[in-house]
Amino acid sequence: MTRKLPDTPLLDELESGPWPSFVTGLKRLARTEDKPYAGVMKDLLGQLEHSYETRKGYWKGGTVGVRGYGGGVIPRFSEVAEDFPECAEFHTLRIQAPAGMHYDTETLRGLCDIWEEHGSGLIAFHGQSGDIMFQGCTTENVQKAFDALNEYGFDMGGAGPAVRTSMSCVGAARCEQSCFDEQKAHRLIVNSLLDEMHRPALPYKFKFKFSGCANDCVNAIHRSDVAVIGTWRDDIRIEQERVKEYVEERGRKAIIDQVVAMCPTRAISLDDDDSLDIDNRSCVRCMHCINVMTKALSPGKERGVTILIGGKRSLKIGDLMGTVVVPFMRLETDEDYEKFQALAHAFVESFAENALEHERVGEMIVRIGLVNFLEGIGLEPDPNMIRHPRTSSYVRMDDWDEEVEKWNARNNTAAE
Amino acid sequence: MSEAPRMPDETGVPDPLPLMHPLLRKNRGTWKWHDRPRPGVLHHVAEGGDEVWTVRAGTPRQMDVHMVRNLCDIADQYAESHVRFTSRSNIEFMLSSFDKVQPLIDKLEEEGFPIGGTGNSISMISHTQGWLHCDIPATDGSGVAKAMMDELYDEFIAEEMPNRVKITTSCCQINCGGQGDIAINIQHTKPPKIDHDLVASVCERPVVIARCPVAAIRPIVINGKPSLEVDERKCMCCGACYPPCPPMQINDPEHSKIAIWVGGKHSSTRSKPTFHKLAAAGLPNNPPRWPEVAEVVKMILGVYKEDARPWERMGEWIERIGWPRFFELTNLPFTKYHVESWPGGRASLNASSHVYF
Repeated sequence: MTRKLPDTPLLDELESGPWPSFVTGLKRLARTEDKPYAGVMKDLLGQLEHSYETRKGYWKGGTVGVRGYGGGVIPRFSEVAEDFPECAEFHTLRIQAPAGMHYDTETLRGLCDIWEEHGSGLIAFHGQSGDIMFQGCTTENVQKAFDALNEYGFDMGGAGPAVRTSMSCVGAARCEQSCFDEQKAHRLIVNSLLDEMHRPALPYKFKFKFSGCANDCVNAIHRSDVAVIGTWRDDIRIEQERVKEYVEERGRKAIIDQVVAMCPTRAISLDDDDSLDIDNRSCVRCMHCINVMTKALSPGKERGVTILIGGKRSLKIGDLMGTVVVPFMRLETDEDYEKFQALAHAFVESFAENALEHERVGEMIVRIGLVNFLEGIGLEPDPNMIRHPRTSSYVRMDDWDEEVEKWNARNNTAAE
Repeated sequence: MSEAPRMPDETGVPDPLPLMHPLLRKNRGTWKWHDRPRPGVLHHVAEGGDEVWTVRAGTPRQMDVHMVRNLCDIADQYAESHVRFTSRSNIEFMLSSFDKVQPLIDKLEEEGFPIGGTGNSISMISHTQGWLHCDIPATDGSGVAKAMMDELYDEFIAEEMPNRVKITTSCCQINCGGQGDIAINIQHTKPPKIDHDLVASVCERPVVIARCPVAAIRPIVINGKPSLEVDERKCMCCGACYPPCPPMQINDPEHSKIAIWVGGKHSSTRSKPTFHKLAAAGLPNNPPRWPEVAEVVKMILGVYKEDARPWERMGEWIERIGWPRFFELTNLPFTKYHVESWPGGRASLNASSHVYF
């Protein structure tokens, strides 16, 4: 006999309104009577309604995994399984999405078929770290679901103290503001660190994210330990005829208010003939003027990345944004990418060796100081790494002269 | 003898190239400019002259296979069988001809998917698992996002805000939702309630003690059993002890409140990235529609929409007008809790004689 859907008066209220409803989706699954997950989803709805009634969560963790890997499955056992027995086990598999989150419909349908056979039919596109989250699997089926997904070309993502799943923006695939091959960089770095992802052995989580420009569409600067953000070293490209069209179309005041006056380093002025004058040595590649005048302005041609380290949320010493450790690095040739990969690995190794348990790399750098971190990696300090030089005189400077010589040597080498 | 068990193919991040819309694959790295013909539609032009139109639609993120297949059917019939997702869970359909844009929009709207989320709109709320799947949530994620997006729907499908608005929600103070122009986050107001019978068997006590940001946890023996106690004068109710030690229950149906934070920004566009700052707290965690939260969020957005200049993000607008004016315009109370009280917080005090009148 078909079991009725549980009464869910509170959740039912989330079926009204114009935004598509996840509750309606849960109910559709609970009504798919020819599939084994229908009963699971009935109990899932029941437990969720219970949470809405009591304002409490009822899942606990545990240990569930797949052969060969030490992470990637998020175990969930119901604490109220006596009332909702069919969702007693409701684990998530974190599966890495294609870089840039591109899919063809055949692939999406294939993923649905696998999850319909082995799981609950509920999928999140995507989790905050960029995984496809296949939500709702029994302990017994976790291995079967993973094997099927893995044979279909997908691999487990990260969880626990490990290199985590990464994200890259749409980038070069569909954006003229892209300053490097985000998807290539994303795959190169993560795929060369899979051992650190699948067998968690780091002090804590470690995330890379890749954004093609300062607009930072994947929120790399705060949401990753290593933010790789596209930029360029030569001049902004300007098509002055297009600039004049913008001035004509929007008016001089709008261009002055919205482009000239909003430049953070006062690097732009509007000439008397309605062309733009940009002081590129003062420009910090923030993207604002390019965002406003997409047809007239574009990033320069000598492109690469700025790398920042240490972004994270509150725990334990307060929020941190990533800060610059590599002001500019070209990413064009295979050799550039090899250097980039070696650097990424050096970051992970430094973290593995020096961080305390449950300490993020940003906190580690606060503890040991940026200069010690740079020395460990083999990077030289650079004025682009700071907002301003030190204000406190409480520091020993015994070897000042040697440091000056290093600076001079570096600058002379660069000049050659 | 049984077969050797299957070991994983350690393939990592899938290559997107075979899955990518053919025009994107062909013109990768050679795009020239873009514009937005209408809210929810992007138009990109390549150096070689190829053009692609992208239609962006909202999704609930947590999707059933039937919804995903429906989106695939739409993509097969009205688009060109390729989609991608944005970091805020919107789905994008790529089209090789402008003629296909309106029929696709009509179909998506007929099937209940809103078109928008581009440019200076309010995009989908980045959210977390909540009661649906997390082991430590004080509230729901999908439910808050659904309730708020119903209220903000008109601003998703239009481009009428001063600049883009990114909203986030988080079901605990770990804040998986991240920084936002507006962040809707749980704020606990009472120390954890400890089940002393379970601590010894469930928790690694040194780990839990080390996890506390203010060193408020210490070992204790209760009824002959090792346990932990919290110095409630020190405890700031952050809940960091709860994940490693579930018997230290921080979630409370009444005392886990919702706080609203404003002015977070990830991009380095114009101003440097900023953290969101406390605007309001003490709001009830009131499912299924969190009306008290929705009211404050809509009020703040309304004032921002009215008062900010074009291209100013929420935090940039407040930076210009000053916090006194923000509290005046929003009519939100300014309390002692808005003043930072941690060692790094002195940087947020006004070290000048600049005063707004």
